Amino acid sequence: MLAFDDIQHILLTRVPALTGRYEFLSFRNAAAGRAWVAAIREKVQSAQQARASVETNKRWVSVAFTWNGLRALGLNVASLATFPEEFRQGMTARAEILGDTGANHPDTWVGGLASPELHAIVILFARDAVERERSRSEHQKLIAQLNGVTVLSSLDLEATPPFDYAHDHFGYRDRLSQPIIEGSGEEPTPGSGAPLKPGEFILGYPDEDGPPANLPQPEILSRNGSYMAYRRLQEHVGAFRDFLRQHGRTPEEQELVAAKLMGRWRSGAPLVLAPDKDDPALGADMQRNNDFNYKEMDPHGYAVPLGSHCRRMNPRDTAANMNRRRMIRRGATYGTHLPDDASEDGVERGIAAFVICASLIRQFEFAQNVWANDKNFHELGNERDPIIGNQDGTLEYKIPKRPIRKKITGLPAFTRARGGAYFFLPGLKALRYLATLGDGRQS
Amino acid sequence: MTDTAQQRDWSRPAATAIPKEGYLKLEQGRYGPLYPRTPACHGFTIIAKVKPGREQAVRDYGKSIEAAVAGDPHCLEVLKLHYLRWVLFEIKGDTYFMYQGIFDTDFDKYTEDAVALFSKTGITTVFVNLEGFPEDWRTNVPAFIKFMRDHQRPSFLEYGEYPWVSADEIKKALRVKAALSDMLDQMQ
Ligand code: HEM
Repeated sequence: MLAFDDIQHILLTRVPALTGRYEFLSFRNAAAGRAWVAAIREKVQSAQQARASVETNKRWVSVAFTWNGLRALGLNVASLATFPEEFRQGMTARAEILGDTGANHPDTWVGGLASPELHAIVILFARDAVERERSRSEHQKLIAQLNGVTVLSSLDLEATPPFDYAHDHFGYRDRLSQPIIEGSGEEPTPGSGAPLKPGEFILGYPDEDGPPANLPQPEILSRNGSYMAYRRLQEHVGAFRDFLRQHGRTPEEQELVAAKLMGRWRSGAPLVLAPDKDDPALGADMQRNNDFNYKEMDPHGYAVPLGSHCRRMNPRDTAANMNRRRMIRRGATYGTHLPDDASEDGVERGIAAFVICASLIRQFEFAQNVWANDKNFHELGNERDPIIGNQDGTLEYKIPKRPIRKKITGLPAFTRARGGAYFFLPGLKALRYLATLGDGRQS
Repeated sequence: MTDTAQQRDWSRPAATAIPKEGYLKLEQGRYGPLYPRTPACHGFTIIAKVKPGREQAVRDYGKSIEAAVAGDPHCLEVLKLHYLRWVLFEIKGDTYFMYQGIFDTDFDKYTEDAVALFSKTGITTVFVNLEGFPEDWRTNVPAFIKFMRDHQRPSFLEYGEYPWVSADEIKKALRVKAALSDMLDQMQ
């Protein structure tokens, strides 16, 4: 049984928010940090609370901490040492592993995210801009009272129009394929596979390999928490649209190029099920839009290129140990919408997303390192993920096709990492524990 | 992440001399420095001392792998292997085990996949007979990988007569050859 009343809602629920805001905080002293945790904890909904009031709620709050943040709150050395190595090091130290080199290097990140001063994130999802503004000013008052907590930076989230379905600035429908957790009460949609053991995503429960092991201590920190990799990825919408025009003569051909990069049409329709022609009704139909595999249905990649984003991020039946590599995705888009007929305006826009998993090294880092950035994934020779791989203009993208495949050389970068961090997302009881820590750094 | 820029020409035999550290340029992998892909693919040479009295257990393990592969020829498929070579030898009365593998995925991924394979099939691993092997290997992949890395003896030379070619590509080429000869038969 999952402790719905102790698990932060972001782990288990998706809320109907159209805006939101992230604030990145630094604790100048432990007492002020703990006072902030004590106050904000009152606002953080458990999965149970969020589910019970999803219709009436107007805003949802989550909080999480970097390893430096846990230290700044005064968690003792012995406890700090029980956290996994990659989390202790933090995302910036793992840059080379993640493909954050060149234009993506942490030295170029914004908002103080690469700084060891980054201690916590507070995530606000809000139904509308009014509610966001109300919550923002409320939080500002709290910070002002505390004398010792500073806001390093913040990021306002905006859904991109049209607002009736979730999609990114490139126009791809998202939130179609996600792992389902056993005991969460949710049913997998057809093709999504059986529910996974909760320990893949929530600390303290059995995972796909058996009983949980190597959890952070003391025990209160080992239950109902998780890890989150935050990624702020700028999307170069102008470059993306230019690329489609360059490689497709007609709008239909351009849509096909976009689909080939992703593995799904921008409508969400999977290429495996709609290989030649878009099918928006299929894309929108959750009973059908994830019902496919690769090994049987598209072994050579004639529908979905082996290197496309979806096929890399979840190779389904063509990868070993798939159940140990799944990720929960949350987050939103930020920045203004670039109208279809407008040329690139230089304004930063993109996705600000969280990848939630019980093991950053086994799930998130594996996806970034092997699936997104190994040039030789699936024997592709000289490719990386066309959406999130580290692209420096020297790599190619192959689209299998009879009789002869299409090979695009010199693929440009469509995205760029502008920030990121590893966070620990405690359960609600663990939050209370953190709020009441004595200054234990000497122990 | 493997560098593939210069890997085109399988028809040109190639050799790479590797510095003492085991890599040409320091590149961070998830569990430590990445060992390079060479003209002879990825691979490792693990050398470790066998626990006293366990030599026969190690030898018997050879038999059990033979049986497992005979039973399910694809049971090791996920490891993307070309070859495995297992050797026992003595130094001053102690028995040592040398495990050489040549494969197409990187070192850490190989080891992760191997642990998962051992755990899933319920088979144990020959490594339990080696000194210093972590008792909690089933639940502690980082410790398993650390053992492998600590006992890895990097090559200082690797050579490939048909360099940079993966096992999958070789199998593909052999399938094409078989299909071609089949086609020629049909045309007689
Ligand atoms: C700008 C950056 C990104 C864009 C535009 C993007 C877009 C998309 C879209 C449109 C889908 C298909 C919808 C779906 O299957 O739910 C998708 C799937 C997915 N993406 Fe991303 N994504 C981005 C970054 C990432 C990152 C950083 C990760 C993780 C490291 C990731 C992991 C996944 C996964 C696991 C899937 C599901 C694949 C499946 O189950 O078939 N994505 N992405």
